[in-house]
Amino acid sequence: MSPKKTYGLTFFILLLVLLCCFGINLSLGSVSIPFSKVVSSLFGTSEPDNLSYIILNYRLPKAITAIIVGSGLGVSGLLMQTLFKNPLAGPYVLGITSGASLGVAILILGSSIFGGFLATFLMSKWSLVIAASLGSFLVLLTVLLVANKVKDTMTLLIIGLMFGSLTSAIVSVLSYFSNAEQLQQYIFWGFGSLGDLDWTSIQILCMVYVIGLIGCILVIKTLNALLLGDQYAKSLGVNLKKSRLLIIIATSLIAGSITAFAGPIAFIGLAVPHLTRQLFKSTNHSTLIPAVLLFGAILMLICDSVAQLPSSDYTLPINAITSFIGAPVVIWLLVRKRKMIF
Amino acid sequence: MLIASNINFNLNTGELVGLVGANGIGKSTLLRTLTQLQPALSGEIYINNKPLSSYSNSILATQLSLVLTDKSLSKNLSVFELVALGRQPYTNWIGKLTETDVALINTSLEQTHSLELSDKKCYELSDGQLQKVLIARALAQDTPLIILDEPTTHLDMYHKAYILKLLQGIAKTAQKTILFSSHEINLAIQLCDQMLVMTPEKTYFNQPCQLIEQGTFETLFPEEIISFDKISGSFVVKK
Repeated sequence: MSPKKTYGLTFFILLLVLLCCFGINLSLGSVSIPFSKVVSSLFGTSEPDNLSYIILNYRLPKAITAIIVGSGLGVSGLLMQTLFKNPLAGPYVLGITSGASLGVAILILGSSIFGGFLATFLMSKWSLVIAASLGSFLVLLTVLLVANKVKDTMTLLIIGLMFGSLTSAIVSVLSYFSNAEQLQQYIFWGFGSLGDLDWTSIQILCMVYVIGLIGCILVIKTLNALLLGDQYAKSLGVNLKKSRLLIIIATSLIAGSITAFAGPIAFIGLAVPHLTRQLFKSTNHSTLIPAVLLFGAILMLICDSVAQLPSSDYTLPINAITSFIGAPVVIWLLVRKRKMIF
Repeated sequence: MLIASNINFNLNTGELVGLVGANGIGKSTLLRTLTQLQPALSGEIYINNKPLSSYSNSILATQLSLVLTDKSLSKNLSVFELVALGRQPYTNWIGKLTETDVALINTSLEQTHSLELSDKKCYELSDGQLQKVLIARALAQDTPLIILDEPTTHLDMYHKAYILKLLQGIAKTAQKTILFSSHEINLAIQLCDQMLVMTPEKTYFNQPCQLIEQGTFETLFPEEIISFDKISGSFVVKK
């Protein structure tokens, strides 16, 4: 009889793995930098030269972004899977990422319509975050409303897909009216990238991410109740409307802000919660949430290290790598059907 | 429209009460109304002499627990985790289980003879086992009133009797009021203290033997195919 398994050791090992991946990620890149130099740059013990500049202003922000992106998308995937009682739910599948893309597209491509002072304001980093979060919130709200009407798993996913198409349709219309420079800016954003964030952007992303995470922690108990289904949750004293709203606000803040800065990143949100459930044989969100955070961060650091193509000048688009890793994982989980439960 | 109306009854502590009636008569609607899953169409419901509508969600959760036919729960939950969720109305903001909680969870598992299942995952359970575990969850919620919606569906004849006998035992030993809806009229007649029989004309509430004497069960279904035999206290198919 083991009422509460303790996962202390597993968490400790995951934390060590995370540190290793962080170190490896910092040491790899187009310029080869010895590990000792990486460490001394980080702790400020080496004289400021080109190499330590690369470490502190290029690789460190990128590694931090990878951690935020991986853990954030993982946790929003977990929240979506529990809320929709659907193992295939995730920010990318449900159209949350599309919603964020739409917000960004309207902002980048539509700024030519406004122009002048308003355009400068619209292009500020804060408005990017607000537009993306708002976009994902609206899409999520709509999907949730539809999900209350139709209980069918497939329908929900198809609706998510439709939002994707709808978004690309609106984007094509917008791009028709925008200039080449803006279009290029939007397309590059769409590839997804972890390396484009300066320290100010990271600060903004961090702030929104932390607010979202606090929301996640507040709904842990509710999420556990939701595992029984809505009616049982209500009979356990859960205020369904309020907690649903809190969950989708937290998700859209996290997934929206990440998408705003790093572009749409595929599969991480879907795959990480499932991989974590394999490792931790628990459904309790007070275990799953920290586990997903760690696991998502590790996976994203690995993806980014691979994307760097160590010791070459080329960098692959991050989305290609996450899909290479994520898609087979999802197929594998589907084949072992029983394990694909939320 | 064959919908029951004028439903009046009182439930007392330690009683097992069966709710029977034809399909579509409004059994589920009645149960959903009693449990506040849907608002009352009309009338008043009182728990401990206080109107049901005056209870907040979280207070009601300490008075009334449910076993539903809704099987949309996560099959990835372990039996212990599922039963532990019954403690939610009492745990702190993050749902941490105290020693008292764990003890109560184990007692509930024992009462439903499912202690040996506690490390299993829900997808490994048979329908009968899952039903026992769901009853354990309701017990762990530690409410004076337990309401079950068709707890015997999908079960074989043995398990139907097993589950209802289990409920009878719990009502007596743990002094709970248990109300369940069922199509197992023959079993309910044998096991219930009181029965609620919904017919289009009237809803009857009485002890099973008196309901038989009054001839209530004859009015339950059209007489062409099945009829009620007063002597054996069960329905028989017409030859």
